[in-house]
Amino acid sequence: MQEVENIVNGQKLFQRPEYKEVLKKKKEFEGGYGAVNPAKSAEIAEWTKTWDYREKNLAREAITVNPAKACQPLGAVMVALGFEDTMPYVHGSHGCVAYFRSYFTRHFKEPTPCVSDSMTEDAAVFGGLANMKDGLKNCAALYKPKMIAVSTTCMAEVIGDDLYAFVEAAKEEDGGEFLPKEFPIPYAHTPSFVGSHITGYDNMMMGIMQQLTEENKGETKERINIIPGFETYIGSLRSVKSIVEAFGANYIMLGDHSDQWDMPAGEYSMFSGGTKIADAKDCINSSATISLQKYATAKTMKMVQKRWKHKGGFSNPIGLKGTDEFVMKLAELTGNDVPSKLKIERGRLVDAMQDSYPYMHAKKFAIWGDPDFLLGMVSFLLEMGAEPTHVLCHNAPNGWEEEMRALLDTSPAKDSLHVWAGKDLWHMRSLLFTEPVDFMIGNSYGKELMRDTGTPLIYIGFPIFDRHHLHRYSISGYDGALNLLTWITNKVLDQLDEDTKGIATTDYFFDLIR
Amino acid sequence: MGPESLEAKQAAAIEEILKAYPEKAAKNRAKHLGVGTPEDESQKTCGNVRSNKKTVPGVMSQRGCAYAGSKGVVWGPVKDMIHISHGPIGCGQYSRAGRRNYYIGTTGVDTFVTMNFSSDFQEKDIVFGGDKKLTKCFEEIDALFPLNNGITVQSECPIGLIGDDINATSKVYAKQTGKTIVPVNCEGFRGVSQSLGHHIANDTVRDYVFEGNVQTLGEPVAVTEYDVAIIGDYNIGGDAWSSRILLEEMGLRVVAQWSGDATLKEMALTPKVKLNLLHCYRSMNYISRHMEKEHGIPWIEYNFFGPSQTIKSLRKIAAFFDASIQAKCEEVIAKYQPMIDAVTAKYRPRLEGKTVMLFVGGLRPRHVIGAYEDLGMEVIGTGYEFAHDDDYKRTKDEIFRSTVIYDDVNEYELEAFVKKLQPDLVASGIKEKYVFQKMGLPYRQMHSWDYSGPYHGYDGFAIFAKDMDLAINSPVWAHSKAPWDKAVEA
Repeated sequence: MQEVENIVNGQKLFQRPEYKEVLKKKKEFEGGYGAVNPAKSAEIAEWTKTWDYREKNLAREAITVNPAKACQPLGAVMVALGFEDTMPYVHGSHGCVAYFRSYFTRHFKEPTPCVSDSMTEDAAVFGGLANMKDGLKNCAALYKPKMIAVSTTCMAEVIGDDLYAFVEAAKEEDGGEFLPKEFPIPYAHTPSFVGSHITGYDNMMMGIMQQLTEENKGETKERINIIPGFETYIGSLRSVKSIVEAFGANYIMLGDHSDQWDMPAGEYSMFSGGTKIADAKDCINSSATISLQKYATAKTMKMVQKRWKHKGGFSNPIGLKGTDEFVMKLAELTGNDVPSKLKIERGRLVDAMQDSYPYMHAKKFAIWGDPDFLLGMVSFLLEMGAEPTHVLCHNAPNGWEEEMRALLDTSPAKDSLHVWAGKDLWHMRSLLFTEPVDFMIGNSYGKELMRDTGTPLIYIGFPIFDRHHLHRYSISGYDGALNLLTWITNKVLDQLDEDTKGIATTDYFFDLIR
Repeated sequence: MGPESLEAKQAAAIEEILKAYPEKAAKNRAKHLGVGTPEDESQKTCGNVRSNKKTVPGVMSQRGCAYAGSKGVVWGPVKDMIHISHGPIGCGQYSRAGRRNYYIGTTGVDTFVTMNFSSDFQEKDIVFGGDKKLTKCFEEIDALFPLNNGITVQSECPIGLIGDDINATSKVYAKQTGKTIVPVNCEGFRGVSQSLGHHIANDTVRDYVFEGNVQTLGEPVAVTEYDVAIIGDYNIGGDAWSSRILLEEMGLRVVAQWSGDATLKEMALTPKVKLNLLHCYRSMNYISRHMEKEHGIPWIEYNFFGPSQTIKSLRKIAAFFDASIQAKCEEVIAKYQPMIDAVTAKYRPRLEGKTVMLFVGGLRPRHVIGAYEDLGMEVIGTGYEFAHDDDYKRTKDEIFRSTVIYDDVNEYELEAFVKKLQPDLVASGIKEKYVFQKMGLPYRQMHSWDYSGPYHGYDGFAIFAKDMDLAINSPVWAHSKAPWDKAVEA
């Protein structure tokens, strides 16, 4: 029973004898192996740690277990929230939207506006035109966005709804009351059964850039478009902008959700910050476009490079080398020298790397996440002399595996470094048991791997539901690399203390100074 | 302020909120908003609101889908079975481990609740169908997770649209292996909310657990006169455990929990109990009615939120049994009373007179009203994501005086109601949480207990009281205003 001076929640409550007894008695009815044959459970648990299990596990063809990817519309919603007063609108069932909103909100601890047009069975039969007509009108009337960015769920894609025709028909029917002809409603087809959330990012970004600029081709301006990609680190967006600004460059960040998912307390407004619609409409006239995530913007950049003939290209400013390349690219595009501010920042980062390297050197890491994130992170680990033993990318597009392999091959330890494209986190579990590492780097889904394998987890990635505020920091630019260095080094040191705190056994190594 | 003027104020708020909508939407939404008054006999539902209807498109509803109702609510917590999210990757990923359905077991070995099994549909599966892939999924699951006691197939939207026959595929595999394989046609586009998913899932329990030839492990369980099942408790934060202990203390034997920390065997045992105890009426009334009709098992609703309702419920349950149970029931009530008195004495003065607005699902929009009242707080607005008329009828019995009732409330309306009614606490879900916290309003998630709990039973009430105090009386809300803002106010 609770004691009023020490009310405990479930964590401790269920450890009390009366509850232990309740849970013990419950087993009588359970019929699971844990209740009827714990020895068998223990035996199977041991078997899952073996090479035999690993081989069977890696041979899986059909069932995905504990994935490390999400579906297209999630990425489309992120794109929309990076534009000024823009409502993400998902054509399909509202269940999907409830999920996208929860998912982002759990990560950012921020509201995530997004609507759907609530398609149900009749829409599945007759198509979702009626839903779209009402939905766009209601959304515009209630939330007064400046733009509505339409993406689709798999339901709408399977029945083959035509977004262009639907949007036009909705405007026509509204007659300009809530949806004037010039009201921007860019759209993108984002089927969940193709690619992953980064594919949806790409499709929606291309949809917005293409459709907003359709008749706006004019004189080219000395200006750089920056596309951040599916970037979940708010601080990274700010670091990137600060680097570009240090060059005094004229620029547009296309899809800047840094204010949307980082609103100050005091009052709530549904939208905050974002790329100005006017800027987005003019982005075709920039002289260059740099994408910071190659695999999250493949189609968009193809359009920009082939049709718009923009200079620029890809740059991945995670880690020292990645940031150097980004800085050099900006120097080249602007014709300006590297500003002293950045030179100093770089110097400080290198200084810190040289201070801390012994703790990361030759440490083995397992890491998973999106393809571009991994290229940047692995590059940084290699810069520190670490060994990324298992690099796993569930949503690896074509070409990624080779590029990652080539990167790993620059390491002296290359023969023991493995790339796992298209694998999930249950595969990772087998890898960790059979070829263990010192640390894992990944998102909250690594938590169960940490529990099962005992490998310490360094929380870097998306989504992170059970640690607070990490997304506010940067992992890009020199300052971002310093954050990475700090987080990783200190986790290594925490673990060292953990491993050496045994009184009169190991604590001779429990050093005060490291 | 008399009740009439309060009612008028509430009605005016609704009137004004509706003005923002285009005509058609306003007409629709008007039917879902109302002022519930306990004494008004003319009200067919609470506030005469209409419910369980299609959501107005484009309004940012908080509702989920049928898949969420089946996989997320009813089936997902059954711990010794593996639940395949059948279709594209997203649904399973977004719903993974989000509901805090606590369980005991070795995850990945003999229990699987917090994991995500997906058939990860690709374009070729949409074009050529996914039935062969599903069979392969079954085989791989049995090879790699040999201690699973069955598999359910939770259909995502495309399954019903592309003409896959998961029922036949499941039947064939079940026949070959003798295992319990449950196909669930809970595609997200079915129905208007989670609610139909609950119903569909209930029906599959009937068809595949009760009427299927379920093989279970361990000794057969002999029937006693005091067997009951807890139905509609998802053991969020351990709720079913802090309920179970009370039932056992009063001499009953809880044979099954549906479906928090549940096993297939417990579900299979349930048609032999003497009484079904139904907590979440909305999501599991179907299977309770079925057991009443087919197995002659009566069911009663109960409410374990807050001591007043808990005591009432314990007595109601005991009344079904003999004098020895009734005597023990009184002993249980007496045993906990001093603790509850101490908790109330400690927290009630800190919470007295505070007002709350609720928006939740299943049973909580009415069930927690009493718990707040036990702390001296008043619920001034409440509503459900996916209720039916019978839920609103039951709500009418719980409200204290005229209360704003909003069915399937959307982001715009909830924000507007909160601004107008100015509650001291908002209690709803994760999607709404930060909207109100930005405004400096104390907030508690009432789906997940905000990562605390349990809230059921006597022990749970102590946590509930402590958490509400934590939220309302935290110093952090006072920081919203900067010192230099004072001048502006003056």
